[in-house]
Amino acid sequence: MNALDNIPLWIAILASFFVVLGATLTLIGALGFARLERFYDRIHAPTLGTSWGTGGIIIASAILASHFEGRFIFHELVIGFCVMVTIPVTLMLLGRAALHRDRAENSPILPPEMRDGPIDTTLEDPSEDTQEQEDPETSEIPVTTAQGTVSAEKSPDEEKKGE
Amino acid sequence: MSRLIPHPMLSVALVLFWMVLTSFSPGHLLLGSMIALVAGRAMAALHPERPRIRRWSVVPRLLWTLFMDVLRSNIAVTRLILTEGNGKRSSTFLVVPLTLRSQNALAVLSIIVTSTPGTAWIEYVSETGMLTVHIFDDKEAEHYRKVIKETYEPMLMEIFE
Repeated sequence: MNALDNIPLWIAILASFFVVLGATLTLIGALGFARLERFYDRIHAPTLGTSWGTGGIIIASAILASHFEGRFIFHELVIGFCVMVTIPVTLMLLGRAALHRDRAENSPILPPEMRDGPIDTTLEDPSEDTQEQEDPETSEIPVTTAQGTVSAEKSPDEEKKGE
Repeated sequence: MSRLIPHPMLSVALVLFWMVLTSFSPGHLLLGSMIALVAGRAMAALHPERPRIRRWSVVPRLLWTLFMDVLRSNIAVTRLILTEGNGKRSSTFLVVPLTLRSQNALAVLSIIVTSTPGTAWIEYVSETGMLTVHIFDDKEAEHYRKVIKETYEPMLMEIFE
């Protein structure tokens, strides 16, 4: 506590403002995560915590550390940078998994044009008329074949790696 | 040179990172450099597209726009979550056709989209260049379409392509 007693008032106010801001935003994000009902809505709520929620606490920490050390400290910004850069990886994994599930179930959550997989709408453009029979099993066949060709194209690349 | 240090920019950035996080000493410089070289070679094994930043001058403008956008949408999403009970908010999917093709630019765009509350990157199809984004508040869909298409995409194309 003694170390904290020597902080000038304006630094204390500034730092506590950012701590409270960051903590409140994270709390609201968690609240939204608990209260929202649909998956696609829920992935938005925690982004409050990962943007200004993290940011506020980082800024407060940097202000305090800079005051104690007597020079500009920005170690904390590295944390912020790493959070920002890695968030898309998890979010995309979750988002695409949900999309895959909803497409497989032909879920009404998705707008009709998104229910077909993205690949067969592009590869099957000339023969779109045949897709009119709404049969989930036939519409899945092009997807698997398309993936087959994709992985076949990849293999020469992997051979190169071996060399 | 290029065999030993395949990704000079990455390696230099890693050494700087290491020196910032530890207090400066010759030992740490050596250790940091070794890690940076190994990381550079590991990166080369993945065969990524080589990042080429053509115009550094656009970067501060991009960061500033992102900063203001994140601030703005933080306020918007906070308000929406807190007033969820009485509001008639509905969310929507937004499909944006992108002309951006550089992998690195797309990676940066994904960071921009996900770090802005209220937008979530759902899917990108490289064959068609179609990006699907989920928008928390459908009243803002047009705004975000504009922001992605008319603000961020031209900036990223200036920087990377």
